[in-house]
Amino acid sequence: MTVSQLADILDAKIAVLADGEREVTAGYCGDFLSNVMGKAPADSAWFTVMSNVNVCAVATLTDCAAVVLCESTEPDAALTERAGQNDVNLLITSLPVFEAAVKVAGHLG
Amino acid sequence: MSEDRIRLEFAVSGDNFASAGTASEEVKSTLKKLGIPSADIRRVAIAMYEGEINMVIHAGGGVATADIYLDRIEIVLADKGKGIPDVELAMTPGWSTAPENIRALGFGAGMGLPNMKKYTDEFSIESEVGVGTTVRMTIFFG
Repeated sequence: MTVSQLADILDAKIAVLADGEREVTAGYCGDFLSNVMGKAPADSAWFTVMSNVNVCAVATLTDCAAVVLCESTEPDAALTERAGQNDVNLLITSLPVFEAAVKVAGHLG
Repeated sequence: MSEDRIRLEFAVSGDNFASAGTASEEVKSTLKKLGIPSADIRRVAIAMYEGEINMVIHAGGGVATADIYLDRIEIVLADKGKGIPDVELAMTPGWSTAPENIRALGFGAGMGLPNMKKYTDEFSIESEVGVGTTVRMTIFFG
């Protein structure tokens, strides 16, 4: 599944689309950044409600394919700006974390 | 004969979460240019970012040094903060002394030091209360 397909599946609003063709091969749900860094596989879709600028650093360091902000969480302006600079795909869905993950899970290889 | 080495040194600012990550980003991009395997780069970047964040949260900043050799990277994170009274306890997954305002930012899960240990091949902490803390980490490439 590509990031663009991920956005379609979640009916997501796109905050930053750096590479819509990037493959998503895994997923991780969590808001504590160290948990994400400890456990999220590379090329994950990361489902979270955390919206500050540090999300971008964590997404970059873990080689996350896309950040999915759930429950219509709007990113801080600094997050959107940093994600744009660092080529981090940033999507916003109205779905809660669990429902978003369930919806995507069946599409992962 | 001395080994070939690239040294990168960074002052980690003590009051700015937004700029934390500068050192790990820079090291990451240097390793990428050197053609180091991406799985190793990921381990280095995460361990170093966790260390930077710790220095911002707990120590008012510090100095991060990365020495890159052909087969490994050696990272030293040194601060003059308040020190860790019980290192073993601090290493316990989930143990955290981070205040509520830090947790609201998504930090303070008590996984920083365990992550640093998990992602590195060699890991040690020296800490003295009132004097500071020095973390040493080595990651071998390939």
